[in-house]
Amino acid sequence: MECPLAETIETHTISVLVDNEPGVLARVIGLFSGRGYNIESLTVAEVESGNGLSRINLVTSGPRMIIEQIKAQLDRLVPVHKVSDLTEEGPHVERELALIKVLSTGEARVESLRIADIFRAHVVDSENDSFVFEMTGKPAKVNAFIRLMEPLGLTEVSRTGVVALLRGKNSI
Amino acid sequence: MDTEKGESGQRMNGSEMIVRCLTELGVEVIFGYPGGAVLPIYDALFKQNNIRHILVRHEQGALHAAEGYARSTGRVGVALVTSGPGATNSVTGLADALMDSIPLVCLTGQVPTHMIGNDAFQEADTVGITRPCTKHNYLVKSVVDLPRLIHEAFYVASAGRPGPVVIDLPKDVVMADGDYCPGAYSDMTEHRSYRPRTVPDDAAVEAAVELIAKAERPVFYTGGGIINSGPSASKALTRFVRETGYPITNTLMGLGGYPASDPQFLGMLGMHGTYEANMAMAECDVMIALGARFDDRVTGRLSDFSKGSKKIQVDIDPSSINKNVAVDISIIGDVGKVLDAMIAKWKKPGGGNSDTLAAWWRQIDEWRARDSLRFQQKGEIIKPQYALQRLYELTKERDVYFTTEVGQHQMWAAQFLKFEEPNRWMTSGGLGTMGYGFPAAVGVQVAHPDALVIDVAGEASLMMNIQELSTMMQHRLPVKTFILNNQYMGMVRQWQELFHGGRYAESYMESLPDFVKLAESFGANGLQVSKPEEVDDAIHTMIETPGPFIADVLVEKTENVYPMIPGGAAHYEMKLGPDHGELEENAEDGMVLV
Repeated sequence: MECPLAETIETHTISVLVDNEPGVLARVIGLFSGRGYNIESLTVAEVESGNGLSRINLVTSGPRMIIEQIKAQLDRLVPVHKVSDLTEEGPHVERELALIKVLSTGEARVESLRIADIFRAHVVDSENDSFVFEMTGKPAKVNAFIRLMEPLGLTEVSRTGVVALLRGKNSI
Repeated sequence: MDTEKGESGQRMNGSEMIVRCLTELGVEVIFGYPGGAVLPIYDALFKQNNIRHILVRHEQGALHAAEGYARSTGRVGVALVTSGPGATNSVTGLADALMDSIPLVCLTGQVPTHMIGNDAFQEADTVGITRPCTKHNYLVKSVVDLPRLIHEAFYVASAGRPGPVVIDLPKDVVMADGDYCPGAYSDMTEHRSYRPRTVPDDAAVEAAVELIAKAERPVFYTGGGIINSGPSASKALTRFVRETGYPITNTLMGLGGYPASDPQFLGMLGMHGTYEANMAMAECDVMIALGARFDDRVTGRLSDFSKGSKKIQVDIDPSSINKNVAVDISIIGDVGKVLDAMIAKWKKPGGGNSDTLAAWWRQIDEWRARDSLRFQQKGEIIKPQYALQRLYELTKERDVYFTTEVGQHQMWAAQFLKFEEPNRWMTSGGLGTMGYGFPAAVGVQVAHPDALVIDVAGEASLMMNIQELSTMMQHRLPVKTFILNNQYMGMVRQWQELFHGGRYAESYMESLPDFVKLAESFGANGLQVSKPEEVDDAIHTMIETPGPFIADVLVEKTENVYPMIPGGAAHYEMKLGPDHGELEENAEDGMVLV
């Protein structure tokens, strides 16, 4: 049988609810490295302290068959409660937070501030010749902002990776 | 499941708790080796009589013995090893059990919690090292969690697709006092996150049965899942296959899942499977995969794997579905339960379309007539196939269990030994671990003290865990070892001949021991034979001599295993070999594949 699923590379955002216990992140990351899957971004934090649950949001890419494998492999890890493919389940919100440092003076400095305003980025630290901007948005928006800052003295970027939720009343 | 320790708890230390838990869980035997970090546990074992301890001679042996015990009984095998080297020596056995889905619990010692991370004596990051080669592992940091985690480990090892579980036990935890509440930990039916699905989806079963009924050229392809599901799954499989009248082939791990003497059985499939099994897979229109995972040794070249067929796959592990081969109908569930559901829905006695089925059987019989396992025993040198054929004939009426090492002898054993029921065949399939069979036979013999347990070995594999002969002597385990001795790492030599221009790099077994003297030095017996007419007597002597016995059978040195699907070839490109008048070709294009 031909494998039509193996053709195009898809990017999926997957949320995983796990027990917040030592080693659980290593299990997830080890699964990806051991089986040769891609991780484009990964975030993890406790979300239900009462139940001791953490949520891992990860963005991965691969042929459809591999995406299905990734979900099945994640789901059979013992401390995993739920695996949810947000890309498949419907409309969802994805956000990322970034801190961006720009070193510049004069016209470039003013220009960076003007662009930050358009992107609704905040200045969280400022010296005479530097800004640290904080912005949240879809990864594409963060990318666009960073690209615009490049000629204006961009020196350092720190990003959180994607967090995501389904839109509307539904939850994973 | 949180267990509140209440007034009902009994005070004891962690080691005593471990022994209590194991007793409560019905554990009868542990395979292990003591060391500093597990001394308190050995102390607790010393003070009780419920659990037997089998002292191995190397931790790898403990794990394989536990595997043999588990595979031949359907129960969880238990090993106990110390920290550091004890744990690292266990890794091969854990990886082997993971690949072949064998339920194991391995208790490893660990340095005290306050010393973890300090490079203490005999410290290793056991949970880190064993994470990718276990189904799950635990580092127990408090005696409060200990009994719950031990019960949970047994649940995880055996629930769903079975596998090995490690419990890493720091020395201070097993020495600390805590409360033990008998009976409070055993209900694992509501594990908070791990609840594998066992009951199949009704609609999927319905659709599968419909497709099976309409098939014109069907084949059942069944694997180790049938064995893991228990003897009732084998019975259900046998009943269903007979009701359909369809042909069936087994994987290496699935042998014994269906009676080999049945005329509907096509033999093993795959790289060294029979011609009829592989051709049936290549040409079928409906493939029914039950507890089998489309391993590369089974499929050959994926792009040419059974292109014209609709495929049904039943597996308890969703990650086995669509992993290597896309299937048309997938059913998640325990294969025994799925088979019961299929039988309940099956309405057509005598199979589907009887004309097309008869034509399919005629085609299969033509393939069968090629007699792909044919060999000729002529001359003064023993053919390995002949030795195994005689071994099978002279043991088939007995209560016999076989283990194997890995290599040519293993493939010949799979071809020439025939299994009528499950749990009689212990071999390292997925990982291909040389040195598996000898210690595995220890575990099988412990579980079945009165049975005949035979390790079919190669001389190279046997050398990898030969120290366990001492274990057999100490514990009076009369394991019989049947060496097909060709003085080569035979499978390595075969591949060098076929794919590396006959350059036999390091595959000749120089300086082999005299296996008879070796057996005698341990207090066991042995015998060497080199002529075909001596084989029967050697087998009789081996069986009749009390205690462990090594039969060193000198065989044709350059015999190759056929038939063979070369690495990266398709089923229909199977080579039948020189006994069928085919030249052995040297082709280097298969070199890159393993």
